[in-house]
Amino acid sequence: MITYTSTDHFVLLPGLLLALFGCAVLLLDFLFPKDVKGRGWLVGIALSGVGFASWQSWQQYLYLKAHSMTPLVAFNGALVLDGFALFFNGIVLASAALVMLISYRYLEDEKEHHTEYYALVLFAACGAFFLNGGLDMVTIFVGLELMAVSFYILVGFLRTDKRSNEAAMKYLLLGGFSTGFLIYGFSIFYGLTGSTNLAALATVIPARGANDPLLYLAIVTTLVGLLFKIGAAPFHMWAPDTYEGAPTTVTAFLAVASKTASFALLLRVMLVGLGTAREMWEPLLTGAAVLTLTIGNLAAISQSNVKRLLAYSSIGHAGYVLLGLIAGNQTGLIGVSIYLLTYAFSTIGAFLVLIALRRRGVAVETIEDLASLGKRYPYYALLMLLFLMSLAGLPPTAGFIGKYYIFLSLVESGKYGLAIVGALYVAVSLYYYFRLVRSMFLTESIEAQVLAPSNGVRLVLALTGIATIAMGILPEPFLRMAAISLGR
Amino acid sequence: MSGDTFFFYAFSALALLGGLGTVLLRNAVHCALALMTSLLGVAGLYLLQGAEFLFAVQIVLYIGGIMVLFLFVIMLVNLDQASKLQQFGRQTPIALVVALAAVAAIFSMLSKSAVLLPASVSLTPLTGGNTETVANVLFTDYLLPFELVSILLLVAVVGSVMMAGKRTE
Amino acid sequence: MPQGYLPIFLFLIIAMAFPVIAILTAKLVRPSSPSKLKLEAYECGIEAVGNSRGRYAVRFYIISILFVIFDVETVFLFPWAVRFHQLGWFGVIEIAVFLAILIVGYVWVYKKGALEWV
Repeated sequence: MITYTSTDHFVLLPGLLLALFGCAVLLLDFLFPKDVKGRGWLVGIALSGVGFASWQSWQQYLYLKAHSMTPLVAFNGALVLDGFALFFNGIVLASAALVMLISYRYLEDEKEHHTEYYALVLFAACGAFFLNGGLDMVTIFVGLELMAVSFYILVGFLRTDKRSNEAAMKYLLLGGFSTGFLIYGFSIFYGLTGSTNLAALATVIPARGANDPLLYLAIVTTLVGLLFKIGAAPFHMWAPDTYEGAPTTVTAFLAVASKTASFALLLRVMLVGLGTAREMWEPLLTGAAVLTLTIGNLAAISQSNVKRLLAYSSIGHAGYVLLGLIAGNQTGLIGVSIYLLTYAFSTIGAFLVLIALRRRGVAVETIEDLASLGKRYPYYALLMLLFLMSLAGLPPTAGFIGKYYIFLSLVESGKYGLAIVGALYVAVSLYYYFRLVRSMFLTESIEAQVLAPSNGVRLVLALTGIATIAMGILPEPFLRMAAISLGR
Repeated sequence: MSGDTFFFYAFSALALLGGLGTVLLRNAVHCALALMTSLLGVAGLYLLQGAEFLFAVQIVLYIGGIMVLFLFVIMLVNLDQASKLQQFGRQTPIALVVALAAVAAIFSMLSKSAVLLPASVSLTPLTGGNTETVANVLFTDYLLPFELVSILLLVAVVGSVMMAGKRTE
Repeated sequence: MPQGYLPIFLFLIIAMAFPVIAILTAKLVRPSSPSKLKLEAYECGIEAVGNSRGRYAVRFYIISILFVIFDVETVFLFPWAVRFHQLGWFGVIEIAVFLAILIVGYVWVYKKGALEWV
């Protein structure tokens, strides 16, 4: 019998609101005048959509808290509301709001300001919700495609820019290919269980026994798809080109929302669906993590384009998060959550400095473009320094807390080898982050034209800057938030 | 060899040969036609499984709709120029080795594992037609993904018009 | 294989064999005297100008991709129509939501002017 219960509605509502506001932005576009002011109204509507969804997520949190964080399952087990989903939904919502705030002026400058952009951001966030909370493989797949298709369009949003087109093309082709692998894996899981639910998968695996070849094939192909989405080696090839070519605002959104939601999916599939087959996927993920750390950090050294450098560093970060999953204990999972949270703010901040500088007439492309930034724009230079320190994991910034928990979990679970490898690559990452810092503070350059940044950019710079420093100095509230993701 | 086995191999051969043709033929229109035969072979396999709804969808959507789209896209590009281009990079030998290795690995894994479904899961025989069964599942258990698909299609509409549409203003 | 498809399969075989046999027979029976003029495209007696594989306008692409997208939508209507009575009012609401979201897309396309030819 088909039903739509109040539980279903309650669990679905934030995602539903995002989709509804996305539709509203699409349609209202024709009512507002096609000028700066009209578009401003539509940005406001899109932002209020994120606001309503956040409010509803807060209600969900209050409900869960009142019911001792018992997960709420809806739609015959297709969607679940638990602390884990809530936490990652929160990161997606925050990044969507921040990205919308900084996009307005950026798109005006690029002369490609179409309000569909905001609708697509909302739809992508809506898709991400079903990765964070999806328990059913069909729901997960459709949610993943919703997010991915929105991102394909966003990446190619600068239609007259060849690099943006190239980026969208590469992302689309490779993304489609990787989704093929993922769905092949899912189809074998379905063959093994006769059900599309991840929870059903967990009950079947013990009966199949260890090292069942078919199960192994399913795990490998699923991992191919998931590792692609999080931008981990050896399926990272798309990331540098896509990050470089995409509009910088989209790059920030892609690096944060897409990556965290995909990590949420990876964690859910591995821990809920395949939790009992740990000995089968752990070696695979360990190999992928070490490779990711190596490629991400070593390739970043030789980059001269700042966006490419940040892309490789983001590949490296995926490796650290994987280490937290491999450690597998509670500390590791808290580490994954807090790492992704800190990474979100630092990454948006770092890309935002690039956007703000571009606004000031300095086309930030190469590291040399950042030269003598410390003298010309000391505030930006200091903010960039803060974000880079956080990305490198230096105290007293947010990134330190994330890396601390990851390494703590590795030591606790006795994986000293991985901890040493990770620490080694932190040192490597310091080198290339320092290249940026040196360029900003220690080199001379010509004076460039000065333009005031928009209020949105100012606001988001302040927010991300404060968050990055606050998480480093006062990690307690943020750690409590991360603990929510474990259902505590 | 029973009838089913014969048809299985016939349709599989059609699908595989069509796939090879899609990759190897030089003329893009021929590639599209080869893809069509491949899709037809897959449609036949669906029919063998008793998935009549999927069979019809495969014919209507893939062979009818998507192939028309492919042909239009092919006509958008300059074919004379495209056919003269080198179609594969220098990595062809490596790609071939990797692809064959992947096929061998997948094949060996599939052949080693005899049982697909565990004993605890029983397949319920279809009652009524295939389309009815699809409807029963689609509108009950898969209510949420079904509605999500409409949003996905909406995004696809927006994307195609944004990417290919004429530049207004 | 589900029963009842054998006649269709036989029809398919006959349909495919028919042109093959016709062309082969014609090739055997007809006199052969090839000339260059015979290979040219026949355009109502007018001399052919340029290649028939000229580039199309991108508008065709938009129309055809919109066709495919709305084709997918129609496919989802079939199972609903087949089980219309059993699904009842809830099914109607479900499909109405589905269609409403797609109609948003249709209105957007229409207002955007993507369907205008000129």
